[in-house]
Amino acid sequence: MVSKDIYFIPEPSKWPIVASLALFTTFIGGAMLLNQSSNGKYVLILGAMGIIYMFAGWFSSVISESLSGSYNRQVDVSFRMGMGWFIFSEVMFFAAFFGALFYARVLSVPWLSGEGHGVATHQFLWPAFKAAWPMSVMPNPASFTAYKDTIPATGIPAINTLLLLTSGVTITFAHWALKKVQRNHLCAWLAATVLLGALFVYLQAGEYHHAYSELNLKLSSGIYGSTFFLLTGFHGFHVTMGAVMILAILFRSLKGHFTKNDHFAFEAVAWYWHFVDVVWLGLFIFVYWL
Amino acid sequence: MSSQTIADHDHHDHKPVGIKRWLFSTNHKDIGTMYLVFALIMFFIGGSMAMVIRAELFQPGLQFVDPQFYNSMVTVHALVMIFGAVMPAGVGLANWMIPIMIGAPDMALPRMNNMSFWILPFAFALLLGTLFIDGGGPAGGWTMYPPLVLQTGKAFPYLIFAVHFLGVSSIMGAINIIATVFNMRAPGMTLMRLPLFVWTWVITAFLLIASMPVLAGAVTMLLTDKYFGTSFFNAAGGGDPVLFQHIFWFFGHPEVYILILPAFGIISQIIPTFARKPLFGYASMVYATASIAILSFFVWAHHMFTVGLPITGELFFMYATMLIAVPTGVKVFNWVATMWKGAMTFEAPMLFAIAFVILFTIGGFSGLMLGITPVDFQYHDTYFVVAHFHYVLLTGAVFALMASAYYWLPKWTGYMYDEKLAKIHFWLSAIASNVLFFPQHFLGLAGMPRRIPDYSVQFADFNMISSLGGFAYGISQLLFVYIVIKCVLGGKKATSQVWEGARGLEWTLSSPPPFHSFTKPPKVTKALMDY
Amino acid sequence: MYLNEWMKNFLFKLVFVVSAFFFLSPDILHAEWGLNMTQGVTPISQDVYNMHMTTLYVVTVIGILVFGVMFWSIFHHRKSKGVKPSKFSHSTSVEVIWTLIPFIIIVSLAIPATKLLARMDDTSESSITVKATGYQWKWKYDYINEDVTIYSNMAEDSVEASQRNSGIDPKATDNYLRNTDTALVLPVGKKIRILTTANDVIHAWWVPDLGWKRDAIPGFINDNWTIINKEGVYRGQCAELCGKGHGYMPIVVKAVPEKEYTAWIEGTKLALKSKNASSDKDFTMDELRAKGEGVYKANCLACHQANGQGIKGVFPAIDGSPLANLKENIPAHIHQVIYGKGVMPAFGEQLSDTDIASVVTFVRNNWGNKTGHIIQPKDVVAARKK
Ligand code: HEA
Ligand code: HEA
Ligand code: HEC
Ligand code: CUA
Ligand SMILES: [Cu+2]
Repeated sequence: MVSKDIYFIPEPSKWPIVASLALFTTFIGGAMLLNQSSNGKYVLILGAMGIIYMFAGWFSSVISESLSGSYNRQVDVSFRMGMGWFIFSEVMFFAAFFGALFYARVLSVPWLSGEGHGVATHQFLWPAFKAAWPMSVMPNPASFTAYKDTIPATGIPAINTLLLLTSGVTITFAHWALKKVQRNHLCAWLAATVLLGALFVYLQAGEYHHAYSELNLKLSSGIYGSTFFLLTGFHGFHVTMGAVMILAILFRSLKGHFTKNDHFAFEAVAWYWHFVDVVWLGLFIFVYWL
Repeated sequence: MSSQTIADHDHHDHKPVGIKRWLFSTNHKDIGTMYLVFALIMFFIGGSMAMVIRAELFQPGLQFVDPQFYNSMVTVHALVMIFGAVMPAGVGLANWMIPIMIGAPDMALPRMNNMSFWILPFAFALLLGTLFIDGGGPAGGWTMYPPLVLQTGKAFPYLIFAVHFLGVSSIMGAINIIATVFNMRAPGMTLMRLPLFVWTWVITAFLLIASMPVLAGAVTMLLTDKYFGTSFFNAAGGGDPVLFQHIFWFFGHPEVYILILPAFGIISQIIPTFARKPLFGYASMVYATASIAILSFFVWAHHMFTVGLPITGELFFMYATMLIAVPTGVKVFNWVATMWKGAMTFEAPMLFAIAFVILFTIGGFSGLMLGITPVDFQYHDTYFVVAHFHYVLLTGAVFALMASAYYWLPKWTGYMYDEKLAKIHFWLSAIASNVLFFPQHFLGLAGMPRRIPDYSVQFADFNMISSLGGFAYGISQLLFVYIVIKCVLGGKKATSQVWEGARGLEWTLSSPPPFHSFTKPPKVTKALMDY
Repeated sequence: MYLNEWMKNFLFKLVFVVSAFFFLSPDILHAEWGLNMTQGVTPISQDVYNMHMTTLYVVTVIGILVFGVMFWSIFHHRKSKGVKPSKFSHSTSVEVIWTLIPFIIIVSLAIPATKLLARMDDTSESSITVKATGYQWKWKYDYINEDVTIYSNMAEDSVEASQRNSGIDPKATDNYLRNTDTALVLPVGKKIRILTTANDVIHAWWVPDLGWKRDAIPGFINDNWTIINKEGVYRGQCAELCGKGHGYMPIVVKAVPEKEYTAWIEGTKLALKSKNASSDKDFTMDELRAKGEGVYKANCLACHQANGQGIKGVFPAIDGSPLANLKENIPAHIHQVIYGKGVMPAFGEQLSDTDIASVVTFVRNNWGNKTGHIIQPKDVVAARKK
């Protein structure tokens, strides 16, 4: 149908506009919910279903195009660039939160306690406040949740680090297996990666529960709680998405998709997984450890 | 598109028809057209809000709107103009022209391309819809500084989600442009042969990918501060309201170059065409653009000189800011040198381009003045700043967009536009926009703060002049719409070459080009791109 | 009606602006037309003005050169003159030169700017410290070490004239929008440290004649200083968007000789004492309503509007509100005015017991609220004790 030396231009497709509509619905639902409108959750669910429908539909058309050999080398390169720069944009998203963390630790908290630039601030507004990190006593203790303790780096976080690092290895083994056309190994290593990812999320959820119920460490625990939960939370969300993507790749591998030389989708997911891994290392060092 | 000759051209295309052609499009020209039409509509919506602002400021005293509504007009005017008009217009031009300029069949990722467009109407539905709900639209300024923005009522989550949504659209658009330019060039189209419009857009795309996600992060923190008890921007919990400003302007300053770099590219296409002379200093143009882009990530705090940064910070940001004048100067000088000893004619695109060079430079000069920290303590948050950024945005970015519209309309539609009317449009716009914004320099220096619905009487005269200029400018834009519609409907047939001095691949295609631009990649030689 | 009067001047001024544009002469710019930055009344403001003028000259000269070359070529190198276009497309030496020259210009501007900034940054050895706190929408000034705190609201005639379609001519209003009920009084010739901070959202404290503005950020304090050399009244206003009343937050600084300043401090101390001393006197309904109306205008009207209807979705109506009508809500009503709630600020510190009693009485007996309830200062005293 299509010759390989012509760049594949897809036929008109309904998925882009379905995607926009689904996201739109989701946003409206979310906004309604935040505005305390009881119907918000129905709209939100509707939107989420739309998103799932869209992803399923869009990807299945991409997969069938891919299987029918419509994509030549050049299309493949476009996809690679697309994925690469998408991951870069994600890096910048995390950079905003890391920036907030560094700003708080290096600048705002010391200022509030009278260091450097903050002499007058401390003297007139927060005379009782002392800088510390983790900061369990807020400048205004009344309006925030004080916590008993933070999560030490040496416990579950260290285990989680091992899990994620291992999963980075297993997905690489899967890739080697794919290149050596050992489909059983490919599937096994992918399954192992999904399991490691799931275990990570499970442990992380347990930590959250522990933090909320026993340590009294919450989103509202001042800037420490804010940065802690948003950084680890967004990361956990990305791990979940990554694990779902690997699961999808696993199913495709089971169905016999991907060839030795032609498996962009696999690589894209692997890149994503490594990205999630690297972000975790940053978190481990700057959120838990230092 | 109704003429028979064009139908002949299109003979081999299986062009989709009806509404689905637009809703489901995977064609870079159709998507480009939608972007451009959308941008024009948003320009009018944003402009109408500006007219409300100018009407209220016509005289001292409060005549037409309440202060709260005034603030929301200012806020939404800016968001609509920046995210709805100028950025989409730039992306629309990129969509239309980049594949043609580099000899590609289409954009690299056509379906994603369509999604980046269709997000826009929905995102603006979220944003503009808030004007009609209880409590009105967002009114904390387009910069959304906390804690004020956290006082927004029901509109708040819609504002945040609209910004997220727009970010998604921009990032996808930028990724597409990068993939297209790096992966889809025709053989022989080396990087240093790329038309400058393409160069400036690639660099813009990098700015977008690096800065939009940061904005998304910033507004996410606003959301959690308001609804989930976090304290990123609250000193009582160890945060800092100024932290938001840092993150916002880390996005915000690159953002203003996102608006102006494609304009630089447009001007660098137009001036050589009408001077009938190659662009002076092609390589230094590319390097200057790249330097501006890199520097733009190190100057953000020049918007925050008055927040009370430590003096070392203020000095660093002052020096970095002033440094940007150097590469920008290189660009201005190169344009002038391109005109030097050319054989110029002055059709509408060239008129707008010349006005751009002058008026953008004036805006740049006031920018340099603002960059001098100790003096910015006086200028900051006054109409001097408003004058500065409208010079670079309106008589800068928008004038360049007008120039590009006249330059490429014949290519897009196959007909020449009405040159006489276009010249009238130019002169009306050029005069009116100066009457509109030049006096605002005086207002700012004399002490009038920005974002106020009413002012003390010593500012009355210049405000009245400014408003009159504003109304004149607004009405003149109706002429533009008339000219565009007239051109789409018919007129003198355009040749493929259109302009005597035009060079580059886009002029080798018929006007209008076939539905799929280059199904067979053209061979690009040095001679084709050069003079 | 004053429109006509302006129209007469209008053409003349338009011509004036255009010619100022072309001749950018500092003398014209500086005339009483308010075209240029003020030179101000402090050593710093003078330096700032000079730095501003230097830069303006520099860019004007660059502009004349660049645009001059451009227009020359527009006139001479046009096709209609039959010229043939040249073919040159670059020249490394020229390009290096026009990179270096702007760089040198910039360095030579940056040096004096750096020095000036360093001088502005030095707040040491000041003799008086005033803390300016921005509220939505007023300023509070604490004279540190003097135990004097004053609140500064926009003057009442400006409040009235600035209501939408008030029918009052702003020109006939004394310093429309730039007048306050109490001025910040400062001595001349002394180094004064001005700390800025805010109570709710970010504001900015700006009096152009002092030569700087500085943001007032909730939870943080910025340090600034000034020495006012000339007696006089200097006006400015809030310069950071702070909500709907942002345009209505004037600042008035009254610079007086030191003697007068000391006398003023003493007088104010006494006045504050008697004002804050709670009176156990009982007032009549009419007295309370009359006083309450003034308090309402100065403190509540910005949000709840003159008609008590508020702004839908932002500020609730008090006309008809249960809190302002039901008898059992009187304590809650007083409590809310003293301690605030959500976006509504706390007024307990800035209003005296009598003020609060009278404004609550006023609100309960105005518009459609016809409760007949009378609140006395002693009720407020009781509420404060809880
Ligand atoms: C298209 C958009 C655009 C562009 C291109 C620019 C360009 C520049 N801007 Fe502007 N700016 C805005 C849009 C833009 N700006 C907006 C929207 C705001 C307000 C945001 C808000 O608060 O809402 C703003 C605000 C703003 C501020 C903050 C003011 C304040 O709030 O107090 C400052 C301060 O430094 C500044 C500086 C500059 C500088 C130095 C440049 C430079 O890039 C200009 C360089 C160009 C030249 C200098 C002219 C050409 C050069 C020569 C001919 C060479 C020789 C010249 C010399 C040696 C002087 N801008
Ligand atoms: C690309 C960006 C862009 C563009 C093109 C414009 C265009 C215009 N802007 Fe805008 N503006 C901003 C970006 C832009 N602005 C930003 C970022 C701010 C800061 C916001 C903030 O403080 O948060 C701002 C703020 C701002 C202010 C300051 C408000 C304040 O601080 O209180 C003013 C006041 O004069 C103003 C005026 C105008 C006018 C008159 C136009 C005109 O050029 C518009 C002309 C267009 C039309 C008028 C539409 C077309 C015609 C019709 C609709 C026909 C009908 C016509 C009539 C009824 C006469 N703008
Ligand atoms: C900055 C704006 C602002 C100012 C100034 C202000 N208020 Fe309010 N007021 C509010 C807001 C916001 C609420 C709603 C509070 C809530 O329920 O969270 C409110 C609520 C009230 C209510 C209760 C209305 C109801 O039905 O819940 C009364 C009564 C009231 N204010 C009286 C006053 C008085 C008297 C003053 C002046 C001394 C005043 N307010 C000044 C913003 C303001
Ligand atoms: Cu306070 Cu603006
Ligand atoms: Cu900037």
